[in-house]
Amino acid sequence: MSNNEYDIIIIGSGPAGISAATLADHHKARVLVLDENCAPGGQLYRAIEKNQKNDNEWLGQSYQDGLPLVEAFRESHVNYQRSAKVWHLSNDKVVHYSVNGKAHAAKGRQILIATGAQERPFPIPGWTLNGVMSAGAAQILLKESGVVCENAVFVGTGPLLYLIAHQYISAGIAIKAIIDTTPRGNYLRAIKYVFGALGSIKNILQGWRWKREIIRSGTLYIYNISDVKINGVNSVVSVEYCQKGKWKNIDCKYVFLHQGITPEINTSLSAGCNKSWNERQACWTIDIDQYGQSSVKGISIAGDASSIAGGVAAAQRGSIAALNMLCNIDIISSNNREVFSKPFKRKLNAEMAARPFIDTLFRPHSRYRVPTSSNTIICRCEEVTLAQIQESIALGCKGPSQLKSFTRCGMGPCQGRLCGLSVSEILAKELRVSAKQIGYYKIRPPIKPVTLGELASLDEA
Amino acid sequence: MFRSINNNQSELITIYFEGKALRVQKDLNVATALLEAGISNFRETTIKNENRGPYCMMGVCFDCLINIDGMDNQQSCMVKVSDGMKINRQITRNTSQDEQ
Repeated sequence: MSNNEYDIIIIGSGPAGISAATLADHHKARVLVLDENCAPGGQLYRAIEKNQKNDNEWLGQSYQDGLPLVEAFRESHVNYQRSAKVWHLSNDKVVHYSVNGKAHAAKGRQILIATGAQERPFPIPGWTLNGVMSAGAAQILLKESGVVCENAVFVGTGPLLYLIAHQYISAGIAIKAIIDTTPRGNYLRAIKYVFGALGSIKNILQGWRWKREIIRSGTLYIYNISDVKINGVNSVVSVEYCQKGKWKNIDCKYVFLHQGITPEINTSLSAGCNKSWNERQACWTIDIDQYGQSSVKGISIAGDASSIAGGVAAAQRGSIAALNMLCNIDIISSNNREVFSKPFKRKLNAEMAARPFIDTLFRPHSRYRVPTSSNTIICRCEEVTLAQIQESIALGCKGPSQLKSFTRCGMGPCQGRLCGLSVSEILAKELRVSAKQIGYYKIRPPIKPVTLGELASLDEA
Repeated sequence: MFRSINNNQSELITIYFEGKALRVQKDLNVATALLEAGISNFRETTIKNENRGPYCMMGVCFDCLINIDGMDNQQSCMVKVSDGMKINRQITRNTSQDEQ
């Protein structure tokens, strides 16, 4: 095997990626892990090693649980490449990536995409103003740098919103208000799934505890709202919400938005993996079999990058995918694959049993996925509004790729990551078909912007 | 207002934003360092010339693009600060005028 050839190349070092890497290394496979960040842990366990020194107990137990995974990964012989931006993955399993502006190529016998999730776009009027960030950004600032923002307003739904609010309150940081957009009907719809979720009752109770402690802290907690928007010119002046038909105003300078998380699909789609529309999670998911194998031979996907199931499930899915990849390259037998994967499958099943409940409870209202106000920006990069998309549809635009020619929507540097999901659903609504029929942007490499200098620096030898 | 609550502050270094010296912790990324210094206006958008700053902080949204040491389009949430780093707001240039 030459220097840039590996048994397994793993993209991403969150719970799925590091679990897969550690296990594959244990079976003596040659493993390369490419991580866009500067330390392992992904977003969930971001900066977990650094935080051990800082004694920041308000980060909570679910965060601390990631430490053994990261420690085991650090003790392995895996070739860990941090700060690596992957910009091309071919279906013949060659990965191109850049580190500090220098491009490299590596070839894997098996590839694992473990790129995790991103936050769902939350297109409402004013979401591009200075001072508006995602709740995930607030979490990253807190975990990575211990930086907080006082008197911010949190808007949205989902476990991450309660988690960050709870962390802020535990650390004594004032929150101006929490505007909970969870649709009231979701509670009723979710009840029928509660028995299935009893296996994960611990997590559900923890969520309730967070919420109760947030309310008890005296933080202004607003719910049962029918609409929300952010006001300001260039930067935030206030958040306005509609409750029982009346618009009310909260003056503030900072707003953190959250409407759940969705899989990072660009990497998988660029390699040609098949996708499906997941109605319960209201997003695209990447098709995989029970071992994480995608529709492209030799490319597997583990963790939230295929469908959202959370960090504990991601670690199990990473381990199962690793065993299958080891079997594919004859390092372990198919019999051993089954035997070894049993404990991971058991833990995974318990986690998955809670998903219908969680997905249903926190399914974002259609209003926050498909905006109604025509001046709302959908594509943040190219500043394309809902009105422009509607005009294009009136002129005969039928799909996301065609919409690019009409408006440049999805053609900026983020490559549709912050508008693609909205565009699928807007077109579906306007054309009165399902999002599945509309489809998604055609994703082509490079999947991250790359300079000519970087391309020229590539040594294919 | 963004502020640090870490009890272990790292060593301070100097960076320059629009020519003004800022003392920042050396283990921060550029976006975090600027936010902590009270700066949230990182660039002017290309179409509507509006102010824009960081949104996702994880390399997905590309809204935190900024000019670092003379180079435009740097993802400030993904780049660590370094001593003497010169950071400037990214301004939209009118290409047709540049060509004349």
